[in-house]
Amino acid sequence: MANKLDIQIRAERQYAVLETAGYLNDALGEKLSKKALELIEKGYTQLVINLDKTALINSIGISILIEIIEALEEREGTLNFCGLSATQERTFRMMAIAKYAGIFPDEKTAIANF
Amino acid sequence: MATTISNDQVLLTIPMRPDMELAAAQLASVIAESMSFSEEQIEEIQVALIESCINAFEHSQSPDRQVIIKYIMRTDGLEFEISDQGVGFSPENRTQRRTSKPDLHPEMRKRGWGLEIIHALMDSVDIMSGENGTTISMVKSKTV
Ligand SMILES: Nc1ncnc2c1ncn2[C@@H]1O[C@H](COP(=O)(O)OP(=O)(O)OP(=O)(O)O)[C@@H](O)[C@H]1O
Ligand SMILES: [Mg+2]
Repeated sequence: MANKLDIQIRAERQYAVLETAGYLNDALGEKLSKKALELIEKGYTQLVINLDKTALINSIGISILIEIIEALEEREGTLNFCGLSATQERTFRMMAIAKYAGIFPDEKTAIANF
Repeated sequence: MATTISNDQVLLTIPMRPDMELAAAQLASVIAESMSFSEEQIEEIQVALIESCINAFEHSQSPDRQVIIKYIMRTDGLEFEISDQGVGFSPENRTQRRTSKPDLHPEMRKRGWGLEIIHALMDSVDIMSGENGTTISMVKSKTV
């Protein structure tokens, strides 16, 4: 089921996409954060996190996503999310994440809106 | 193991170990599906259960390291009782767990969201907590 922890990275010249698969908890969150910070170190300031294959996220996973938003903000970068379920989007809006990061229906739109 | 204790209840005991909250969420999904809850409602139920379980894991300091979840199938909805035998807390003046880094934006704080998420996703939430532990009761109503 959805518990296979995995992260795919698609790094282009201007931006990079990180796609998660499985339950976004502390373990997958730390893995994601490490990859995101590596990309930021390399100079990427436009990141997309695609959560299409992540059916469930817990609050610890979300706290790590907020850390990534903050790390990008320090470099004046932008994080765009895509592939959220209706419940995930509602939660992100409640937590003010939607104010500091973009939320888009799919990867193409997320990339087009930096 | 899940054991049926009457014809409208299911009882599950999980150890406080990584990912065991998913066992509680999966079982909820099976039960909610059998009651014809929508996919979106099932996700809301799963998230609320996960947050209740990880709160017990993280904060309860329960010596038996177990969480008991009771699933009650009612005609008007699905009720859950999540219990631990830990130290308890006061829902009014709870202390939020801090992260090492301060929050950049106070409105987008990093921790202290679990209970708020539970309240937002369920139709009613009741917390009973004391020195013998904590029980969160919550209901997802069948919408007509
Ligand atoms: N089962 C429990 N036993 C003891 N204390 C609890 C329990 N559940 C919650 N608490 C207390 O209530 C506080 C708030 O819980 P809440 O889930 O809202 O936030 P959090 O767990 O600190 O952070 P987050 O859920 O965002 O990861 C906790 O920090 C803890 O002090
Ligand atoms: Mg919590």
